[in-house]
Amino acid sequence: MIKHRYLPMTEQDQKEMLDVVGVSSIDELFEDIPEQVRFKGMYDIKPAKSEAALMKELAQLAAKNKDTASYTSFLGAGVYNHYKPVIVDHVISRSEFYTAYTPYQPEISQGELQAIFEFQTMIAELTGMELANSSLYDGGTALAEAGMLAAGHTRRKKIIVSEAVHPEYRDVVKTYADGQSIEVVTAPQKDGVTDYEALQQLMDSDTAAVMVQYPNFFGQIEDIQPIGELAHEHKALFVVSANPLALGILTPPGKLGADICVGDAQPFGIAESFGGPHCGYFAVTKKLMRKVPGRLVGETVDGEGRRGYVLTLQAREQHIRRDKATSNICSNQALLALAASVAMTALGKQGMREMALQNIAKTRYAKEAFEQAGFEVVYQGAHFNEIVVNTKQDVTAMNKALLEKGIIGGFDLARVDERFVNHVLLAVTELRTKEEIDALVAEMGALHA
Amino acid sequence: MHKDNQPLIFELTKEGRVGYNLEALDVPSYDLADLVPATYIREEQAELPEVSELDIMRHYTALSRRNHGVDSGFYPLGSCTMKYNPKINETVARYAGFSHVHPLQDEATVQGAMELLYDLQTSLTEITGMDEVTLQPAAGAHGEWTALMMIRAFHEANGEGHRNKVIVPDTAHGTNPASATVAGFETVTVQSDENGLVDIEDLRKVVGEDTAALMLTNPNTLGLFEENIIEMTELIHSVGGKVYYDGANLNAVMSKARPGDMGFDCVHLNLHKTFTGPHGGGGPGSGPVGVKADLIPFLPKPVLVKQEDGSFHFDYNRPQSIGRVKPYYGNFGINVRAYTYIRTMGPDGLKAVTEYAVLNANYMMRRLEPYFELPFNRHCKHEFVLSGRIQKKLGVRTLDMAKRLLDFGYHPPTTYFPLNVEEALMIEPTETESKETLDAFCDIMIQIAKEAEETPEVVQDAPHTTVVSRLDETRAARTPVLRYQG
Repeated sequence: MIKHRYLPMTEQDQKEMLDVVGVSSIDELFEDIPEQVRFKGMYDIKPAKSEAALMKELAQLAAKNKDTASYTSFLGAGVYNHYKPVIVDHVISRSEFYTAYTPYQPEISQGELQAIFEFQTMIAELTGMELANSSLYDGGTALAEAGMLAAGHTRRKKIIVSEAVHPEYRDVVKTYADGQSIEVVTAPQKDGVTDYEALQQLMDSDTAAVMVQYPNFFGQIEDIQPIGELAHEHKALFVVSANPLALGILTPPGKLGADICVGDAQPFGIAESFGGPHCGYFAVTKKLMRKVPGRLVGETVDGEGRRGYVLTLQAREQHIRRDKATSNICSNQALLALAASVAMTALGKQGMREMALQNIAKTRYAKEAFEQAGFEVVYQGAHFNEIVVNTKQDVTAMNKALLEKGIIGGFDLARVDERFVNHVLLAVTELRTKEEIDALVAEMGALHA
Repeated sequence: MHKDNQPLIFELTKEGRVGYNLEALDVPSYDLADLVPATYIREEQAELPEVSELDIMRHYTALSRRNHGVDSGFYPLGSCTMKYNPKINETVARYAGFSHVHPLQDEATVQGAMELLYDLQTSLTEITGMDEVTLQPAAGAHGEWTALMMIRAFHEANGEGHRNKVIVPDTAHGTNPASATVAGFETVTVQSDENGLVDIEDLRKVVGEDTAALMLTNPNTLGLFEENIIEMTELIHSVGGKVYYDGANLNAVMSKARPGDMGFDCVHLNLHKTFTGPHGGGGPGSGPVGVKADLIPFLPKPVLVKQEDGSFHFDYNRPQSIGRVKPYYGNFGINVRAYTYIRTMGPDGLKAVTEYAVLNANYMMRRLEPYFELPFNRHCKHEFVLSGRIQKKLGVRTLDMAKRLLDFGYHPPTTYFPLNVEEALMIEPTETESKETLDAFCDIMIQIAKEAEETPEVVQDAPHTTVVSRLDETRAARTPVLRYQG
């Protein structure tokens, strides 16, 4: 009989339990599996390893990766290397949080429910929207869910997405839309921002939503207010995908006419983690409250009048509505929403603004440094976190050379659009020092020379 | 546990307090008005908390004490597989080489992460008996939808885009019909027979040339193995449909029966259930999808492949792919944990997991059978369903019994599901619980059954010991308060 630290069954237990069940062996409990489909061998997978040996092996595997803790990273494109208050990991490591399921039993889940209620409040505050849900998988699927909501709400079959929205987000919107036979049309970008005139031409009476990103994929803070007005003139919903950190200093989408504001809370205390898990957020106007996908936590009272929190408005959800649900989602990213809440709390009212200001100042400094070194920074609008630099060389080869200097370079834009050959999308966060930025400019200059 | 309210973090705020620490700005500071057009400069700051680091730690510690997790006590929540969440998983997922890796780094710099993912998808291919696995979907529901989108693309590629019906049993998880709708299908429900299994005759009536797929979990949500599985998969295949395996209940059959061998064409797994995720209070999860060969061309992009030189590569050149289902490559952090678990257990460990999970469930079922109605009296798999009908006649509902369990430090079973059992109590003990824990829980269940007869009000008014008593859910829904109002 196997002995394993996760399996408390002893031989004596087994014997006593089999007696109660009235069978002589465990195998008898599987006799209802038809003979032809019974699996009789052992899985052909690697044998078990002891705790210490496995930790060593996996540490070695992890060490094969170049990580942003030991390298200086200028890579962003939707996932950022930010200050992560140490306290975040201590809070989310409390196993009362991470070993719990969805809070279906509110009397013993008040901690999680209250934490989510606080998260919903912080997101609503930052985005300037009336309410936010408890989170979704990530920013990309949140944007796709916004598209589904808009199509259902307006009973229209076309979504217009700006080309200045993250290309991977656009791809996800497209896949979701395919399932619902919704057409996705791309509004082209011009000078790194949504081409307003081209967008005007695309608008029609079947347009359910117009989607933009703020700041956009190229780091530009584009003039989105007129786009919202245009969407509303055509009775379409205005959907804004926003970096929530930037909202520490930028006018919140709720004040710019957004009907739905989505994004990813990854900048708040969430590790890059090779792309996930991160934390999508989803905020709306009150008018759309009963159409929101995913979990919502609401405040109420118990029999003695004590304040408490419950999952609410569940008539929207799959376990009640089955095929009529507003979405098939039945989880949220609770633990990451908790991480983001702790980071937002640690930053607080002052820190949110200060950190956002540092990001915009350092982005500006980098832009000027590249220009002074003779590089073309191709878009001249207002920037947050990111700039596009014409490197005048193959970006992949350049990044290889930078790696040897301890630098993880930016995103090679030619990967998404061949018009961008030799152009790199560089991300500068508050963690990049002046020396690091100067070193990047110098190395890129030297490589070109 | 004291019953006072824990103030909201916003109520602990004091102007001027901080909980963060940023390096002083080392580049020139700019006037925001010079960088950003006036329309886009925020005028009013977001009302976020202003608290010290100790305030934060005490606040969240207080909240954690008002929350029940697997580490707090037994959690026999049916269909959720609330097993122990190994601590090594948490340590490994936090290695810098896994947690501080950016998804868009050059592939040459992330070969270790890709190797782990590749080995995980290979292991899951073997465990499910499928031909290939994608690790992209973020959770079970996301995996269901991904697989259905692939089925849809498959039929369309074969000129059979008219297949618009997805059949689901009445015992199915609620996500199944919801996912079918999101993938653009109509749902047809097939009834269960008196043994709690899919009624084959009813299934025969609903299949046809418009059948796109049958979605099935096996064992089903009653914890019963669908013995007619071969007949069912053959029936669906004979009319050109695909058969989908909801892997939420895989803990019941590991090393005993593989979905691929049962005739399933695709399967999703919940790595946060069978493979110790953990659940995180409702997420994050991970919902890989396994497919048979004829669905491989439709896998979501990118597909992780091993190249001839032994290196790993994300392949985007997949013209028939359904496209991208998620930015980047799935919930990597959860996949690392699942991989660590599989490597901790090995083949004989996973076999023992299923055997003990099933023995534990059968043991509890037999211990409780004299006190509760057992609608389907046969061996169960990883979970079983009782009915509270006997107690209901005494005026005690299943909801009341669930709330009474809270007084004894237990998370209750899943209640009122599946829908075809009145006053259902769905119990899944998992393999990581000891006989002593199962016995203690059964003793309390028996005590509650006695209370229902002798002192029903004690059960009806439960819970008595929690930080709040039953909450007014009607009020929450009628006048929604979804954020702190100040």
